[in-house]
This record gives sequence, structure tokens and C-alpha cells, in this order.
Amino acid sequence: MTGHVLPKRIYYTIFAILMFCTLLTVWIAFLDLGPLNTIAALTIAVFKSVLVILFFMHVKYSPRLTWAVVIGSVFWLGILLVLTMGDYLTREWRHYG
Amino acid sequence: MSTGTVFMPPRHYLNDGYGIRSWLLTRDHKRIALLYLAAVTLFFFVGGAFAVLIRLELATPAGDFVSDETYNKLFTMHGVMMVFFFLIPSIPATLGNFLVPIMIGAKDLALPKLNLASWYIYILGGLFTLYALIAGGVDTGWTFYTPFSTVSSTTNVIPTALGIFITGFSSILTGLNFIVTIHRMRAPGMTWFRMPLFLWSMYATSLIMVLGTPVLAITILLVAVERLFHFGFFDPRLGGDPVLFQHLFWFYSHPAVYIMVLPSMGVVSELVAAFCRKQVFGYGFVAFASVAIAVLGFLVWGHHMFVAGQSVYSALIFSALSFLVAIPSAVKVFNWTATMYRGSVSWQTPMLYAIGFIGLFTIGGLTGLFLASVGLDVHVTDTYFIIAHFHYIMVGGTLMGYLGGLHYWWPKISGRLYNEFLAKLSAGIIFLGFNLTFFPQFILGYLGMPRRYHAYPPEFQVLNVLSSAGASILGVGYLIPMLYLMWSLRYGKLAGSNPWGAVGLEWTTTSPPPTENFAESPVVTWDAYDYQTTVTVES
Ligand SMILES: [Cu+2]
Repeated sequence: MTGHVLPKRIYYTIFAILMFCTLLTVWIAFLDLGPLNTIAALTIAVFKSVLVILFFMHVKYSPRLTWAVVIGSVFWLGILLVLTMGDYLTREWRHYG
Repeated sequence: MSTGTVFMPPRHYLNDGYGIRSWLLTRDHKRIALLYLAAVTLFFFVGGAFAVLIRLELATPAGDFVSDETYNKLFTMHGVMMVFFFLIPSIPATLGNFLVPIMIGAKDLALPKLNLASWYIYILGGLFTLYALIAGGVDTGWTFYTPFSTVSSTTNVIPTALGIFITGFSSILTGLNFIVTIHRMRAPGMTWFRMPLFLWSMYATSLIMVLGTPVLAITILLVAVERLFHFGFFDPRLGGDPVLFQHLFWFYSHPAVYIMVLPSMGVVSELVAAFCRKQVFGYGFVAFASVAIAVLGFLVWGHHMFVAGQSVYSALIFSALSFLVAIPSAVKVFNWTATMYRGSVSWQTPMLYAIGFIGLFTIGGLTGLFLASVGLDVHVTDTYFIIAHFHYIMVGGTLMGYLGGLHYWWPKISGRLYNEFLAKLSAGIIFLGFNLTFFPQFILGYLGMPRRYHAYPPEFQVLNVLSSAGASILGVGYLIPMLYLMWSLRYGKLAGSNPWGAVGLEWTTTSPPPTENFAESPVVTWDAYDYQTTVTVES
């Protein structure tokens, strides 16, 4: 284990960005963007989690095996989302009765 | 067979410290394996007791032995105990814990304290679930389908769910430990493709545990939150969708079937090689088939939802993907058979279990193809056909492999031999009892008998009586090994290092092994199952 020490400045900057994004989410929640409501909220959330994973969890400075673990996990989350949404998005294609 | 004098090593992991503390605070993976063995066996017999009550009720068509509500609790608790507290930890936590470090030539798992912690977490989860059971039980079925589990059921859903939630973490940590160990702790010369196939299957199993179990944990949490605080995840009245629960639940619970059966396949590969004295046919194919099953297993969960209101297009895709899993599974079955072909097969107890596994798993797998095809599945959904199918996989597959492995490595674990006659006899009884119990259920299901009812039309009685009779034979078959294995601990003949004349690092150290596994750290210069060059037989 090689403990990669980052300057505190980076943590504070990331923290500030995260807080700003939180405020942004709240602000956007009051605007009516139609179908873009969810997409906007999720985009900000994904951006925030990427920052947490890269900097707070030190993945940016980790060996490739760690990257493989992270990418693998995200890919598996993708499987869950894609195949589940595959159901929801195609239910209306066919009508019965 | 071992030659020369067979002796009990003066120092081994079992006599390295006595007393309850030396066990409950141990970091030795072999002792932790035995802690798991004891716990898992306990839960197996609790789950088995529920099965006895279920089969007693179903001996007659009328619902006369227990009330309908009690019956709902019986099959729920049977499923919860067997799936989450027996089948999933069975092979990984016992045989896996014992063998993974030894098979790669390491002193212990990479994270020994975490390993002990996994056992305590497992026990804690088990206690929660046992509490739920004593406090009146739970009646949702082991699948906890919403909206019944979140809106209607008045039984102990939360404590049971919490128990499963907690136990899930033990599963995740065990998987993590195995993955790290296999990556980092292999002895010099132990390359990935020299690893015994048991390790490939444990690695694949660990991947599923780490990737799948968190989804189950979150799903259970959502059920608890909806039940307690009425958040609308699954309840349509609150804007939720009950089918979403099924998506999330089966995303874990279909791969969980491979958490149960992959380790068993790993055991069978070891047994077939050892008792045919041959390299497993197509080693690379069998190794990659394990990984392929682990990955493909995550793409098929929708086959549990063909009649649940899922989109028909989704159903077709899930159906096609489900058929794909048959390919790596069949690769394994064909390769074991090809290994046996012209091998010098010796018919000792573990091999009987291995052959039992191959036959029963094949039946379970092929009937799985029936269920993967949408049209036929609609006919047999929620009937005894399903029950028969998954018991052929989980009991005929997992349990056969578990018992085969337990018998094969018992001399290594205990240093002593069991009674071969009784062992063969009980293997036969189990095979017979199993088929008598579950084969009639295929017919019952095809004829339309639904699962989860405590009463049924009288024309189904003959087949149900056969099934109940089979279950009693099966029960006897499970009790006999308990007795002679316990007996052998004290009175069994000494085994020596290598009673089967098998190759593999675990047979090069004493039986039982020393706490540090090997007198000196091994260096590996040979492939797995190298029966051609030399068989080193030490006393
Ligand atoms: Cu399935």
C-alpha cells in the first residue's frame, strides 16, 4: 500500500465543487424542464460521484487493477439499468385486449 | 493409496491451542472453516425441519395438518434458511475457506481478521432471522415479493429481511477475501493456469458475491423503508411499481443460483480428476466456463418475470440470454464426461457424489431450458415444475457437490478416514431419496399443481405421497453422514497426508495440516492434475 498524499487544497476545492453542485441541483429542482428534469438531476449526481470516486477515494492515483474494479462495478450497474429500462421503455409498444 | 507408515503429525491446526477462546478468536482460515461448518450444518437442519413439516402437510390432499397461514410460514422459513444461511455459504465458507489458501500454497487468506469478522456477521444475521422465526415467523415466501411484503403481510418481515441484509455482508467480505487472496497470495510458480479448477470456480463465485449482493442489500432496504415509512418504491398506490422489486431482487437472486452451483462444479472437477487419475479434459474451457457462467448469469434474471407484466420484448431477450447459459454449463458436463472416458475410475464415495451431481445437474439444467422458453414457462409458472427444477439444481447439484467435497477432503480436515461402507450406503440412499422426492414434482407441476398451497385436489395424492416418502428417505440419508463423520473424528483410522493418492498442494502437507499449512513454502513447477509424471505419495 502506497499512501498517496494529496495537498489539502485539492480536497477543499473538490468539496467546494460538490457543495456548488448540490445548490445547483436544488435550484434546478425549481425549474420546470419537462422531461429534462430527471436527466439534469442525474447528470449532476453522476458528475459528483465521479469526483468522489476519483479524488476522495483516490482512484485517480491507484493502480490499474483498482481501475478495473471500479470500471467493472460501473459496468455491472449499467447491466442492471439497461436491462431493467429495456422492460420499462418497451412495455407500451404492445397493447392487449 | 498411501504407503508406508501413516501417522498423526504431532503439531497441527486442531491441537494448536485448546479451549473456546482459541476457536472464537482464531484467525486460522481452517478453524474458521470449521466454525462455518458447524453453523451451516445447524441452519441446514433447521431448514430441513421445515421441509419435514411441509412434506407432512402435503401427504394428504386436505389442509389438515397445519393452517394455511402456518403453511405459508413453513415454506418461507424453509426457503430463507436453506438459501441464505445454508446453500450460499455452504461450499465457499467451509471448503473454500479451508482450501483456497492451501491450494495456492499460502499460509492463510489475505485478510484473516476480516475472515473471522465474516463469520460473526453471518452468525449475527442468522440470529436475527432465528429471532424472527421464534417471534412468529414470516409468510412472504423467501422472495419477499411486493406489494404483499410491504403493504399486506403482518408477520416479521423486517427482522427476517434485516437478518438477510446482515448476512449479505458476510458473503461480500468472503468473496472479497478470496479475490484478493487469489490475486496476491499465490505461491511462486502457481500461475493462473496452473490453479486447480476449484479455485477458478471460487474466483467466479466471489465475483458474483461482490457484484450481486449489494443490490440485494439495497433492495431489502427499500422494502424496509417502504414498509416502515411508506415511501413509494413498489406500491402502485404510492406511485411505485411492484415489478421493479422483481427486477432488483432477481438481479441478485438469479446469479445467486450460481453462487450455489459454481463451487459445486469446482468440487466435481477436482473429484473427477482425482478418481479418474487424469488431467481434466479441456482445462482452459472448464476454467473459462466458470467465468462465463458468472458473467452470463447476470443477464438472464427476467426469466423469473415472464408472467409478471414485464414487456414482452424484454421477455424475449431474457429468454434468449437464458439459453446462452446452457453453453458453458454443457461444456462442463461434457468435459467431465470426457475426462471419465477411458480413465481408471475408482468408485469411492466422493466419486459417487460427483457422478450423482453430473446426472442430477443435467436434469436440473435441461428442465431449466423448458423454463427459459417463454411459451412453456407460462404454462408451468408457479407450479411444482419450478420447485422440482430448482431443487434438482440446488439439492441435486449444490448439495451433492458439497457432500462429495466434504467426504473427499474430510481426511485432510480431520486427519482421519470415515467408514467407507456407511458412506457409500448413504450416498446411495441420498440419490434414491432425492429422486423419489423431486421427480414426481415435475409431473405434478406439469399437470398443474400450484406451489405454495397447503391443500390440493385428491388426484394429485399418489405423486405427493411418493414425494413425501422420498423426503423421509432423503432425511435418513443426511443423518447417517452426520453420525459417521462425527464418529470418525475420534475413532476413524488415521488418514496420512494423501489417502487418495491425489495430486494438488493440499495433499503434500500433513493431515491435518499445520497452522501455517506447509512446513516450508511450496514452489510450484507442475500443472494442475499432473497425473502423468509422478505421483508423490508420502506417508
Ligand atoms: Cu433464474
